[in-house]
Amino acid sequence: MSGPSAALAVERLTKSFGGLLVTASVDLAVEPGERRLIIGPNGAGKTTLFNLITGELRPDRGTVTLFGRDITRTPGWHRAHLGISRTYQIITLFPRETLLRNVTLSLLGRSPLRWNPVARLEGQTALIGRAREALARVGLEHLAGRPLSQTSYGERRRVEIAMALAQDPRILLLDEPFAGLSIEERRDVLQLVSGIPRDVTIVMIEHDMDVALDFAERITVLHFGQVVVEGTRGEVVAHPRTREIYLGE
Amino acid sequence: MRRLALAAALVILAALPFWAGGTFYINIASQILLYAIFALGLNVLVGYAGLVSLGHAGLLGIAAYGAARLLTGGHGHLAAIAGALALALAAAALFAVLALRGTGIGFVMITLALGQIVWGVAYRWISITNGDNGISVTGRPSPLGFSLASPSHFYWATLVVFVLALGSMAMLVASPFGAGLRGTRDQPRRMAALGYHVWMIRFLAFLLSGFWSGVAGLLFLYYNQFVSPQAVALTASAEALLMVISGGSGTLLGPVVGAGLVIIMKNVASAYIERWNFVLGAIFVAIVIFMPDGLVPGAARLWRRVTARPATRAASAVAAPGERPAR
Repeated sequence: MSGPSAALAVERLTKSFGGLLVTASVDLAVEPGERRLIIGPNGAGKTTLFNLITGELRPDRGTVTLFGRDITRTPGWHRAHLGISRTYQIITLFPRETLLRNVTLSLLGRSPLRWNPVARLEGQTALIGRAREALARVGLEHLAGRPLSQTSYGERRRVEIAMALAQDPRILLLDEPFAGLSIEERRDVLQLVSGIPRDVTIVMIEHDMDVALDFAERITVLHFGQVVVEGTRGEVVAHPRTREIYLGE
Repeated sequence: MRRLALAAALVILAALPFWAGGTFYINIASQILLYAIFALGLNVLVGYAGLVSLGHAGLLGIAAYGAARLLTGGHGHLAAIAGALALALAAAALFAVLALRGTGIGFVMITLALGQIVWGVAYRWISITNGDNGISVTGRPSPLGFSLASPSHFYWATLVVFVLALGSMAMLVASPFGAGLRGTRDQPRRMAALGYHVWMIRFLAFLLSGFWSGVAGLLFLYYNQFVSPQAVALTASAEALLMVISGGSGTLLGPVVGAGLVIIMKNVASAYIERWNFVLGAIFVAIVIFMPDGLVPGAARLWRRVTARPATRAASAVAAPGERPAR
C-alpha cells in the first residue's frame, strides 16, 4: 500500500475504546508535499486517527511510519522533533499569555533551550525574533503583545497555525482548521494554508466537504473508522459511496 | 524603583534583630523564613506545575531525620547536611516516580499516602526514628567560623538561605524551563505535541521542590534542635499547602506572605486568643471569598484599582468589551 517514498504511512492501524472500534485497520499513504484531505461525518474517527499519528494515543495494532521510519512506539513529544506538527479542532492555547509568548513556547519546544532553568527567556532575542516572524507569516505581527484571551476566534486559529509552522514541520496535521470561522475568516485561513511551501506535507481533517475541497489533491473518506473511498478530488466527489455518506442513503 | 524596593526590604530584613524587640520575635522571624523556604519549594509544584502535593512534610521530615541521625551517629555538620540533602533528593525522586503516574486528584492522593508512610515510619520504626520521643541534636553548625548558636545569628543564616531560595525561584520563573513548566500546567497535551517531555519536566520540578523542602528540613532541625513525628504529620503538609494557597500559588512572593500569615497566627495571635485556630480558619475563609487567588495577587489587583481610579473611566470607555484582566 505505502511505497518507501511516502512521507506518512499508516498501515492496518486499529484502535478501540472499550467495545467501540474507532479506527478499523486504516491504511493511508501520503506522498511528500501532498495535500491530503480526510473527510467523514462526525464520529468517523478522524481526530482519533490524528491522535494515533501524533502519539497522543497508542494503537492496538498497526504501524505509523514517517519518511520510512517506524514511529509506532515513539513517544508523542519526540514525534514533534521528528517533524510532525498539528493544530487542534478545539483550540488549546495559553490564554493568559501573549500571542508572542504562545509562539515562543512553540519554538522553544524544538530548542534545547527549553531545559535551561537559569537563562532569561526575555533575553533570547533570536528565538523571540523567529516567533515574531512566525506571527508575521499569519499576519498577526501587530497583535504580538496582546494576551491571547483578547483576540478573536479567527485570530486564535491563525495563532495555532503560526505555532505549528514555527516548528518547521515536515508534516502538518490540521484538525478542522475552518471549524467555527466566519466566511471571511475561512477565506483568510484557506489562503494562509494554500501559501505553505511544498516541502511541508499537509493532512487536513474537515467535517464540511465544501470548504476544503479546493485545497485537496487527494481525498480520503472515513466512515465508522474505515477508509471507504480514496482517490483524487474528482474521483471521490463522483464516487457513489461519498454521496451515500454525505447525502444519506 | 523595583530594585530600590528590593534593596530596602533586604536592609529592613537584615536589620530585624535590632528592631524586632527581643529574642522571641527574632525566633518567630527565623521560623517564618524557614517555612517560607518550604512553601517556596512546594509552590514549584502547586503553583507552577499545577500538581498539588499533600505529602511534602514527608520530604522536609526525611531531611530533618536524616541529618539528626547522622549527627547523633557522630558525623560532622557538613556530612549531615550533604547526606540529608542527598536523602531528600532521593526521596523526592521516588515520590515523583510514584506520584507522577497520576495528575489532579490522583497525584494528591498518592502524595498524601507517601507522606503518611513517612509519618508511620517516624512514629513506629522506633529503632531508627526513636518514635514519639523524636531525636534531639545538640549544637548548630558554624559556617566559616560564624557560630549560629544565638537567635540573631541563626536568623541571619536563615535569611541568607531564604534570599538564595527566592532568587532561584525568580530565576526559574523567568527562564525557558519555567515557561515550559507553566505550559505543562495549563496545556499538558499541547505541550507534548510541541515537543516537550512533560513527564520529565514535572519530574525535575519535583526534584527542585524536594531540594528546597530538604533545605527547609535542615533549617527546621537546627532551629528546633529536635525532630519528632509531628514535623511529618499530615497537618504539617496541609499547613504548608495553606501557606502557598493563601499567599497566592504560582506567584513569587505568595508563599512567603502565606508563611508569614500562618506562623504569626500560630505564635503571636495564640498568645492573645485561645481559639487562634478558629481565627486562622476565619481568615482563610475570608481569603477564599474575597481574594480567591491568594493575598498577593488579590492585593496587587486592589492596588491597581486604587492607583488607576482617575484613569479608569477614560480607559474603560475606550477598552473593548471583554477586555478584563485574564484569570
